[in-house]
Amino acid sequence: MTALGGLGPRDRGDVLEPPGRGRRSRRSGQGALRSTAIAFASTFVFFGFLAWVAVNSPGWPLVQQSFFNGALFADSLPDIAAAFWVNVQLFFIAEILILALALVIAVLRSIPGPVLFPLRLLSTIYVDVFRALPGVLIIYILGFGIPGLNVEGVPTDPFFYAVIALTLIYSAYVSEVYRAGIDSVHPSQSAAARSLGLSQWQALRYVVLPQAIRRVIPPLLNDFIGLQKDTVLVSYIGVVEIFRQSQITEAAHFNYTPYLATALVFLVMTIPLARFTDWLVARDRRRAAANR
Amino acid sequence: MNGPGDAAGTAAAALRIVGLRKSFGPLEVLQGIDLRLVEHEVVCLIGASGSGKSTLLRCVNLLEPIDEGRIFVEGEEITAPGVDVDRIRRRIGIVFQSFNLFPHMSVLDNVTLAPRRVLKLSRPAADAQALELLRRIGLDEKAREFPDRLSGGQQQRVAIVRALAMRPDLLLLDEVTSALDPELVAEVLSLVRELALGGMTMLIATHEMGFARDIANRVCFLDAGRILEEGPPEQIFRAPREERTQRFLQRVMEAGRL
Repeated sequence: MTALGGLGPRDRGDVLEPPGRGRRSRRSGQGALRSTAIAFASTFVFFGFLAWVAVNSPGWPLVQQSFFNGALFADSLPDIAAAFWVNVQLFFIAEILILALALVIAVLRSIPGPVLFPLRLLSTIYVDVFRALPGVLIIYILGFGIPGLNVEGVPTDPFFYAVIALTLIYSAYVSEVYRAGIDSVHPSQSAAARSLGLSQWQALRYVVLPQAIRRVIPPLLNDFIGLQKDTVLVSYIGVVEIFRQSQITEAAHFNYTPYLATALVFLVMTIPLARFTDWLVARDRRRAAANR
Repeated sequence: MNGPGDAAGTAAAALRIVGLRKSFGPLEVLQGIDLRLVEHEVVCLIGASGSGKSTLLRCVNLLEPIDEGRIFVEGEEITAPGVDVDRIRRRIGIVFQSFNLFPHMSVLDNVTLAPRRVLKLSRPAADAQALELLRRIGLDEKAREFPDRLSGGQQQRVAIVRALAMRPDLLLLDEVTSALDPELVAEVLSLVRELALGGMTMLIATHEMGFARDIANRVCFLDAGRILEEGPPEQIFRAPREERTQRFLQRVMEAGRL
């Protein structure tokens, strides 16, 4: 039976069919149903136990009161959701800037040749420094330091510095992701392009980068899940975004429920992106297997 | 422009290599290569793996920097300092063992990329030229497919057409059938044979001895980075002078490849 399953694709004479199809279909059926049931049961038992411990702990009544206040939750949610719009703006503006800046840095670091050495050195220092420093410090230093110089014409809006800080922090990471992608394209691709008379830049632009970027989309999305969450860090320099808003509400009521509302907003926003990223990774893996 | 070796007074050679040396670290892969191809000549390089065939081709295409020696194409020294390598490479096509098609582009875009970006052909002009070339090798129906939908033999033929689309003066073929399943070798070799009949100047590194004997005007046996023996195919394959050539051909024959 298994032999027939393995022969299936070849029987149709389609040599380009991805291998391993038979194997996957064999795994479904009764066995899968049973493992799903076991998974559900063990999850239920595990989290049920944790919940039981929490609810029966001596501090539970107080925690329940200060974290799970239903009325306050409903009350604070609109304000918090409105403040989240600031995070969304931060996220999208910074993301676009990061994608562009990081690509420039990755390309600068990938092009050999003595002419670009100063730029390469500068990019390397930048990436090292910004990956070494905690993000909060960069946000503080930029957000308070630069407006503090009181130079004519320099913006004072904390939102501006929030965008700049997040862009600088994340571009350092994202440029490394791009660079890994560029390095993953086999040198023979570049050689083939150069042998046709394309310049180094053209080979990069038309042959290497399109392949590199396609490969790093899942890790890029992964970094953007991080960025989505790190937008709350700019609350430290006075941007009233979702976390700052929940602090304000919390202070007004001496109750932590707004934080839970904030957490819920992030869960709703971030989990779909995480699932999407995983789906993309799985799809790429299937394609790679099919092409091998 | 002609060097002292060109005193014969004939037209400039299509390719002339003088005293070419190339090392990778401590390993000297090419230990002084001298070679001359006239226009329309087909020269096959034979020799064991590691004898320097591929490196020689890569040096001619300036994909590897050379350590010593000079290379001339149609009388112009391409190894001179400050020469525009992109301009030189337009005139020299190379096809690799591993095809190296661009996997993210259709067959048509693979063929038209360089004509459009380097020769600045318009898209319609480049497409028309590419489709005509693809039609000649019977792959015009695959023009919109991506390379991974093609067999190895088809991919390699597209790679050859991609090089031809730049209308090179000289074509370098680096073991173009070595990565192919045996039943796909013939279609690629017959295309190369057509090119030879069409007058294309070619320098071919190959393990296909029968093919070399058929197609080559001249065969060079490379051994340890030197051209140990060269001559017409009949002489090299029937009556090799050098003992190493004899031994190499003996081994090839034992492996059933001749």
